[in-house]
Amino acid sequence: MSLSRPTTLLAELTYRCPLHCPYCSNPLAMTGAEDELTTDQWRRVFTEARELGVLQLGLSGGEPLARKDLDALADHAHRAGLYTTLVTSAVGLTRDRATALRDVGLEHVQISIQDSDPRTADHIAGMRAAHLKLEAAAVVRELGFAFSINAVLHRANLDRIGEIIELAGAMGADRLELANTQYYGWAFENRRALMPTREQVERAQAVADDAMRRYRGQMQIIYVLPDYYETYPKPCYGGWGANYLVITPNGQTLPCHGATHITTLHFDTVRDHSLDWIWRESPAFQAYRGDEWMLEPCRSCSRKAIDFGGCRCQAFALTGNAANTDPVCTLTPLRAVVDRAVEEATGEPDYRYRYIHVEPART
Amino acid sequence: MSLTPAAVPSLWRLARLNFDPVRQQHVLVYPEGAMMLNESGAAILQLCDGQRSIAEIARILDERYHCDVLADVTEYLAQLVEREFVRVA
Repeated sequence: MSLSRPTTLLAELTYRCPLHCPYCSNPLAMTGAEDELTTDQWRRVFTEARELGVLQLGLSGGEPLARKDLDALADHAHRAGLYTTLVTSAVGLTRDRATALRDVGLEHVQISIQDSDPRTADHIAGMRAAHLKLEAAAVVRELGFAFSINAVLHRANLDRIGEIIELAGAMGADRLELANTQYYGWAFENRRALMPTREQVERAQAVADDAMRRYRGQMQIIYVLPDYYETYPKPCYGGWGANYLVITPNGQTLPCHGATHITTLHFDTVRDHSLDWIWRESPAFQAYRGDEWMLEPCRSCSRKAIDFGGCRCQAFALTGNAANTDPVCTLTPLRAVVDRAVEEATGEPDYRYRYIHVEPART
Repeated sequence: MSLTPAAVPSLWRLARLNFDPVRQQHVLVYPEGAMMLNESGAAILQLCDGQRSIAEIARILDERYHCDVLADVTEYLAQLVEREFVRVA
């Protein structure tokens, strides 16, 4: 098969973050500031990404504003020709920093919100942050950025999906991502607490469908399905190593942000290799390209061209073999592990909050 | 949805029409995705400036390609309106 070019790079600039959301997809073992790529290393990576075909870049984390060189990185990305999104909690997005980012050509800001109710929002974030997001959103609008809001949905906020949509509308978002929790990293650890009930999921879907119609032309609403309640798995980024790359703060390059779950693969780093080599040649990126690796029931299934067997990271996390069918799929007997996880959900908000040992920022 | 010749299309605020020198192709880039464009698609979208109507866009392309393109232009833009990449006023 001919090798496709990637379209999207998610650059996780740092794991440092003032929030402690228990649904974070970052891995449990996170490196500190001392292991982060330098400004020049990221610049080189952005240039190589564009040469490889990447069209858009997410500056993410952790909280990317924890990097003091963020405007230098956004500047380089813009000059390289990448359509760049700042993926932020908005904590630290002051008028001065937002203005500096706009002046170097940053086009799109995505702010996370945790809930419509500031008290529960702050509870899930493990920090008083809800009011800061409203202030930052006003600045983002005033400075003319393209503006998205992302809300991660789970047991404790799914019943307020309608209010969350109204809040995003009032904050002036051009686009709203309503993302049911994907169980990777910290979210996997907190699955019993975060998993909604089927009744919640069905009510939320109806509210989201109605809002998509009402907000059409004003705010684009993307609804990311809760895949444990689906019949078939999600077509993870169009397949392994097909469109998408993630680079972790220390330079490890992954085909999916959940890939650190797969302990049987070695992920090469941009410290040792060019991005081009990693994409084309590295064993990890080749491991699950195409469909030669597939086991039954995927191998003989007509849906393999639709969902590519689902998510390799989820298959590994739930079954111990990344080549298995994503067990969300109801066509595999492995589905029992997903059904059991749904049954075992307690909804008790005894979260294990996201923490790392935070080193002082490099100056 | 049906579009009239008088409708005035413009690109969604979050979408960017770029020429990609790597692929040697026009692309429409938007959050979380990108659409590779063929030559005629790019020619249509380049004329969507929020000022020209669909009829005016079609007239420009008629002259360029020496054929009547109004129906094709309307159908193409209707698909992009459906996907929310193009807005009409």
